Parts: sequence; structure tokens; C-alpha cells
Amino acid sequence: MLKIENLHASIDGKQILNGLNLTIPAGEIHAIMGPNGSGKSTLSYVLAGREGYEVTEGSVTFGDLDLLAMEPEERAVAGVFLAFQAPVELPGVGNANFLRTALNAVRRAKGEAEIDAIQFLKLARARMKVLNMPDDMLKRPVNVGFSGGEKKRNEMLQMALLSPKLALLDETDSGLDIDALKLVSDTVNSLRGPAFSALVITHYQRLLNHIVPDRVHVLSAGRIVKSGGPELAQELEASGYGAIQAAAA
Amino acid sequence: MTAMNGTGPAAFLGRHEGLRGRLPGASLPWVEALRDRSAAAFRAQGFPTRRVEAWKYTDLAAVNTSVFGEPLTGVDDALALPPATGPRAVFIDGRFRADLSNLEGLSYTVENLAWALPTLETRLGALVRPEEQALAALNGMLFEDGLVVTVPDGVAAGVLHLVSFATESERAPAFHPRHLVRLGEGASLTLIETAAGPVRARYLHNPVFEIEVAAGARMNHGRLQQEGREAFFLSTVYARVQEGGTYDNFTMNAGSRLARNEIHVALCGPKAECHMNGVQLLADGQHADTTTALDHAAPDCSSRQTYKTVLSGKSRGVFQGKILVRQIAQKTDGYQMNQALLLSPEAEIDSKPQLEIYADDVKCSHGATVGELDAEQIFFLRSRGIPAEQAKAILVEAFLTEAVEAVADEHIREALTGAVAGWWQRQGIQGGIEAA
Repeated sequence: MLKIENLHASIDGKQILNGLNLTIPAGEIHAIMGPNGSGKSTLSYVLAGREGYEVTEGSVTFGDLDLLAMEPEERAVAGVFLAFQAPVELPGVGNANFLRTALNAVRRAKGEAEIDAIQFLKLARARMKVLNMPDDMLKRPVNVGFSGGEKKRNEMLQMALLSPKLALLDETDSGLDIDALKLVSDTVNSLRGPAFSALVITHYQRLLNHIVPDRVHVLSAGRIVKSGGPELAQELEASGYGAIQAAAA
Repeated sequence: MTAMNGTGPAAFLGRHEGLRGRLPGASLPWVEALRDRSAAAFRAQGFPTRRVEAWKYTDLAAVNTSVFGEPLTGVDDALALPPATGPRAVFIDGRFRADLSNLEGLSYTVENLAWALPTLETRLGALVRPEEQALAALNGMLFEDGLVVTVPDGVAAGVLHLVSFATESERAPAFHPRHLVRLGEGASLTLIETAAGPVRARYLHNPVFEIEVAAGARMNHGRLQQEGREAFFLSTVYARVQEGGTYDNFTMNAGSRLARNEIHVALCGPKAECHMNGVQLLADGQHADTTTALDHAAPDCSSRQTYKTVLSGKSRGVFQGKILVRQIAQKTDGYQMNQALLLSPEAEIDSKPQLEIYADDVKCSHGATVGELDAEQIFFLRSRGIPAEQAKAILVEAFLTEAVEAVADEHIREALTGAVAGWWQRQGIQGGIEAA
């Protein structure tokens, strides 16, 4: 599904990713763990196509698509979804209108029929119920005045509605209490299937108790320095990143 | 009628001389006196240059050097206006067209000025100061027609549409309608005005409004300026509001090559209110100027102003807002906000708020901001599959929301929302946000 080869990327002339290799087969969930500054967020932004990041070397293929050659909206249409670490506020843009606009933009680009306001509300309300989101979160401006947990749940609502093939969860667990963490995990787990892959970026092992990954990778100084099964996350939690970083150096 | 020769003030003054005795009201001495006074004021001022403080940011040189003709009569039977869905008064090149209007069965009086002129001695010109406003002087010298609305005490008039349309004409017509609106005590009226013309037609539309709002009355005045892109739109509104009355003006400046939207409001009785809101949507080559002057001349009055300007290409926006609080106007509550969104590095906004306060117990605030679209917000929307241009349109709409939501009258809000969407379409951008 996703194949990253020898990826080098920089921002403002500062090299962040240094030859990163990673393959996520369809249907698998991989976790990337690593200390602050190791390049976790940069990886998610490069994959989602944010401006300002310069890829100096390497390639990323998504299915048979050259992901790096695509605009952010084309990546979304192809099935890439980035759950933001710090969800963006949009004052003056109603959440329901935003969600329907996004959904229909993707459907239009795929040649699918647009969904009308009534169908949309039915769909959104069903998803919101599962996420324990009150109805009035549809009326409020996107993320404005939302608590940290509400913002993350709103990201999960977007993900559930857009049903991507590849979800990039950038520290989605940060700032969440245990109930919200569980709701986020449930959403990801509900999408699990042969056509869904995810890259879970996290600092802590906690989230991986709820979203059990197929593989865990350790990112350090812009490269994967160690890979293993879910037990690697527990190992890291116990011994910290220091030992692995030292071994890799 | 005679054609105009030359350019600038001399051509307009020459036209007044040439038409003397043929303009409406020629047989009425008071009309003649008004025209002569206006002509003298216009002769003294000409088209103001940028050396005049009130015109520092708006250059009328293009108006001054253009050759204008006079409107044709009885043209354009093929003019395709949609059928009236409610009461409306239609003016073509500044002249009333009964055949296109729909004014049957109203509970108040709507007349055209050319016809009603003999009855208007006490009203016409009552609020205008030609010696101070050159464009109003020009209008006073050459007005031919306009709308005269009189709403009796206590009558809720509902919605009236005023449509001003310019025709495609090589004569580049200049027209100067004078519109009079008077609301009796406790009366109400929503006037929705659309000013439009062919995209490439050059013309000068120089309307002057005189609006009197009696005690406890309410006037909602929605103005959608969508003139053709070669047009000059120079508009002056005078409103006077008595005790407990409200004047609510919303103006959209989206058309014309050069627009000046000047509004003078006097709050003359206690607890009178004024709302002035607006949006300016400017594309490459356009210049739009909103200039407001609010006179708090009585105690316990409040005023609210929110103006938002969106500028793309090489366009220029101007906002000048003056609030005068006289000594008698204690407990005044005044608020003014002016915000601009620059979509291009070549766009320019000039902003000049001005507070002049002589009372000591008042609450007055003003603010101005200039910004650009937020890259992170654009990326967020695009990451959800929304194309870049649509993402920008959504964020611009969001920027305008506050001003649009401040519009109390739902009919005006609806018309405005449609007009904003139309503007986006003309910019080649399909669709902003979809309602859910």
C-alpha cells in the first residue's frame, strides 16, 4: 500500500529526514515511535503534501501512485488522511458545512454522486453518536472553542466520513483523557480491514494498547533505526529511547 | 437634448447651462435655485483632487478626463430583467421605467421624482450639503429622476426593490438620480437596491439618497453594487434618524472600476441607532472606497460599523470612518471595525478611522486589521480533499461572515449571500462552502 524509499526531506534548509525506508502492506497498522525532534511530524506532513517541506531524495509510492508528485487534495482523494496533531481552527466555517464540502469534493473527484444535505446529516449523526459527540458540534465553527479532546474526536469524525485507505495519525493521543483515547482507538479499529492501512505516530506506548499495531518502528534522527512487533513498544516504554539510539549510533 | 462636449467639470457645467429650461422642474423657481446653488458649489470644487483630505486615497482623475454623454430615452425594450417577484422600481440609465416596475397595491407611496417634483419643495435637498460634497453638488445640478418613497406613520412597508440598470451605450451616459425616502413615526421599510450594468460599458452613476427616519421607525437599506467593470459608481447617502429610530445600511461594493460609497448619518434624537456594515470584493484593476461619517447629535444613541474588504490582483480598497460625538451626545455607544484580506501582494488597503469626541461619558471603540489567507488553514482544507481554489473561497467567505451575519434583515442577507456567490463565480471559482 505505502512504500517509502530512502526519503530525505528538509524544511527551511534544515535536514530532518535522512534516508527513511518504510513499507506498510495493505491491511496493516504500523506505529512509529521516537523522541521529540526525530522527524515524526515531518514524515506525516511530507506524506500529506504540506508546502514548505522539500524532498531532496527518495520516493514514496502509494498503491501505484507517485505520492510526492500529487497535490494535497489529490492525495486525499486517493485515500490518504492526516489526523492533525494540532487540529486547525476555522472561524466562520460551520463544521457541518465543512464536512459535507470535504466529503463531496472527494466524491466529485472520484466521479461519485454527491450527497445531499439530508443524507449527509444522517451519516454524520450516526458517526457522531459512536464518537459520543453532541449534535451542536455540527453547528459550531470548525474546531473553534473545542476542547483538545473534542478537536481530536472531530478529526476522527472526518476520518470516518472520508474512509481513507491510509490514515496518518500524528500524535492523535496527545492531550487525550482515557475515554477520548478509547473513542479514537475504536474509530481506527472500526476501519480495520484488508483495504485500510494506518501509520500511528506516537510518543507513548499507551495508545498502542488500544490500537494494536502489526509493526512498530523507532525513528531517530530522520531514519528508522529499529523495527519489531508490538512488543517493541513495551520494550521502549520500559527502557526509553536512549538505549536504541545509542545502539544505532 | 444636447450632447456633452469635452471633459471634466466644464463639460458638466456646460450641460447644465445647455439644458437650462429643459431639465425636470425647470418651471419651478425653487428647483432652479437648487440647481444654481449646486452648480455654483460644483464650479467652486470641481472633481476633488487628492489634495482634498476626504479624497486623499481616491483619485477621480479618470472621471475627470472621461467624455460622458447623456442617457438615451426610450431604448432597450429587449432588456432582460427577470419578472418582478415583489414590489420593485426600475430605473434604466437613471430614468424611471413604469413598464418594468411593479408598484401596484402598496400600503405606502412610491413615486418617481421627475413626476412628483412639484410636491417636494420641503424635502428635496433638505439633507444635502452641496458646498461640502462636490458629487452631491453635481447631482443637485443635473438630477433628472429618482425614487420617492413615503411610508406613513405606523406602516410596515415590507420589502421594496430598487433596480438601477445601465445600458450598453457608446455614449457613456452619466446619470445622477436623486432618491428620497421618508419613514413616518413607527414605520418600517426594507429597501434592497441593485445597481448593475453591462460588463464592458462605461458610464457614470452618481446617485444621492436623502433618507429621513422618524421616531421609532426602522429602515433597512441593502445595497448591492455590481456595476460593470468599466463603470464609475459615485454614491452619497444622507440619513437623519430621530428618537428611537434605526437606520441599517449594508453595502456590497463588488462592481465598477471605481466606486465611492459615502454615507453620512446623523443621529438626531435620543436612543437612535445606526448600523453600517459592508463588504468590498475587489478584483484586479478595481478601486473601492467606503467613507462613512456618523454624527452623534443626541444622547443615548448607538452605532455599529463592520466593514470587510477582500482584495485580489492589483486592486485598492479604502475605508474612512469618522465618528463625531457632540457634547450633548452623552452615553453614546459607538463601535467601528474595518478588516481587510489581501489575496495578492499587489493589492493595497488604506484605512483611516477618525474619532472626534466632545462628550465625556461615552463608549467608543474602533479597530482595523489587515491580513492574508492562512497557509495552515488552506493546507488543512486541501488535506480533506478540497481543491486549493475552493479552499481559498471558503476562507474568504468565512472572513466575510461576521459582516454578513450583522445584517438584521433576512431578505438583505439572502440577496447578499447570492451576490457574493455570484462574485466568486465571475472570478472563475466554482463553489465555496456547501450548506449542510
